Amino acid sequence: MNATGYNFAYLDEQTKRMIRRAILKAVAIPGYQVPFGGREMPLPYGWGTGGIQVTASIIGADDVLKVIDQGADDTTNAVNIRRFFAKTAGVTTTEHTTDATIIQTRHRIPEVLLSAHQTIVYQVPTPEPLRWIEPREAETRKMHALTEYGIMHVGLYEDIARFGRVTTSYNYPVRVNARYVMSPSPIPKFDNPKMDQMDALQLFGAGREKRVYAIPPHTSVESLDFEDHPFQIETWEERCALCDADDSFLDEVITDDAGTRMHVCSDSDYCRDRQEAGHVGDGGPE
Amino acid sequence: MSDFDDAPLLRVSGLTHRYGNTIACRDVSFELYPGEVLGIVGESGSGKTTLLDCLSGRLRPSTGEVAYDVRGRGLLDIHRQLSEPERRMLMRTDWGIVLQDPREGLRMRVSAGANVGERLMAIGARHYGEIRAQAVDWMERVELDLARIDDPPSTFSGGMRQRLQIARNLVTGPRLVFMDEPTSGLDVSVQARLLDLLRRLTRELNLASIVVTHDLGVVRLLSHRLIVMRDGEVVEHGLTDRVLDDPRHPYTQLLVSSILPV
Repeated sequence: MNATGYNFAYLDEQTKRMIRRAILKAVAIPGYQVPFGGREMPLPYGWGTGGIQVTASIIGADDVLKVIDQGADDTTNAVNIRRFFAKTAGVTTTEHTTDATIIQTRHRIPEVLLSAHQTIVYQVPTPEPLRWIEPREAETRKMHALTEYGIMHVGLYEDIARFGRVTTSYNYPVRVNARYVMSPSPIPKFDNPKMDQMDALQLFGAGREKRVYAIPPHTSVESLDFEDHPFQIETWEERCALCDADDSFLDEVITDDAGTRMHVCSDSDYCRDRQEAGHVGDGGPE
Repeated sequence: MSDFDDAPLLRVSGLTHRYGNTIACRDVSFELYPGEVLGIVGESGSGKTTLLDCLSGRLRPSTGEVAYDVRGRGLLDIHRQLSEPERRMLMRTDWGIVLQDPREGLRMRVSAGANVGERLMAIGARHYGEIRAQAVDWMERVELDLARIDDPPSTFSGGMRQRLQIARNLVTGPRLVFMDEPTSGLDVSVQARLLDLLRRLTRELNLASIVVTHDLGVVRLLSHRLIVMRDGEVVEHGLTDRVLDDPRHPYTQLLVSSILPV
């Protein structure tokens, strides 16, 4: 630890205990949003204040931390949060998914299957999946309590009526443990199936809205759909230009002013591992 | 074809509601039979809307009972013998509520089709094709242009919005529909077409209905029986034609004679 004058992992012990109690409740009721007394963090709302508080309250000196933003380890948000915990908790950090015990993420789930010794912490901007249709908090709580979720399908109906298919591509609502409808945070729907029966513990922290929720290991997570329009994930005709992967989430990168583009893995660690194992893509357009 | 059954669909007894010291409606009792249309008239502030809110389960009356013939269970007090989830389920399946302002009764930003389909999805419909087919069917039955099925009601005229609100409520096949001033705010020719539609639908579907209005022309056309309210009390109650043609209470006489002749 090289920052002096701070408690281990920045937050004071009372706060961490309070957040851990909220997390325990969240784990006990999968998908239910538990309010907690969110603290002011040294970064703005929307940059991961919820995720960082959850991570701070569960991290121990022996943990190995990985932070990703849009799948990449080297983006501003990820670099800063990783450095923050290296400084205030003195923990080891890594870019390798398999080496990490805690993975804090924004917008992606790593391509490699997570295992039972790992915990994934999601940064959540809008925890309430019913919010777009029902602005009243008292009413949304009642709808959760009474399992009145028919309205969620109105959004999917609108997509099909307008575009012939469900076009919602991220933050695609799921039903956890056949009970609570939950917002999976803005991950692409490509990642939704990974949440189902995952071996790792999944924690969600929303800093501005001061809510945590969780999916315990081996819990069913089902994406909402219609019988005649079943849930589908994104597919690509291209393969990764760097590692030739055809099973990962691809980002389209524009490489010049003439609109030339290439597709590369969004998960930078997965892509590098494959390249080191000898997989070579076509390198993209010249 | 409104052959009334022996058992009432709704029985209201001794219903009183106070807001603090103000009594909004006092000791109201009546019965409503399947397929019957009951009009409630009275001037502004006479307690009509409070009464309707109590009847439709949105407001718990201070005292008195609102008993409804719940399918398979018989007459039950909706405020005291039904749990909140049961009451909410009743409100979106066996009942319909058509509000004066369609902006409150509709979701203005989602398409007309989704507005009609919402109740079906709320009770568990998960087949897009079937929901869509029902929406199309109901758009036709309320005489809305099918080309507008994917447009949001914010682009609709007042009369079209009111038709859509009716379709949205009737899609689950309710037995009782509450209507709060369904035609006010519409111009006269649109009112006439809407009244024709309501008359046809209530007869075809054997719908019981409670219509609150200050417009005596509307109740003359729609309702079988009439309740006249003043200062929270029922002052006269009888068959519509009898009340309007031979009013007994001085207030009803005043109300009837206040209709502007054309």
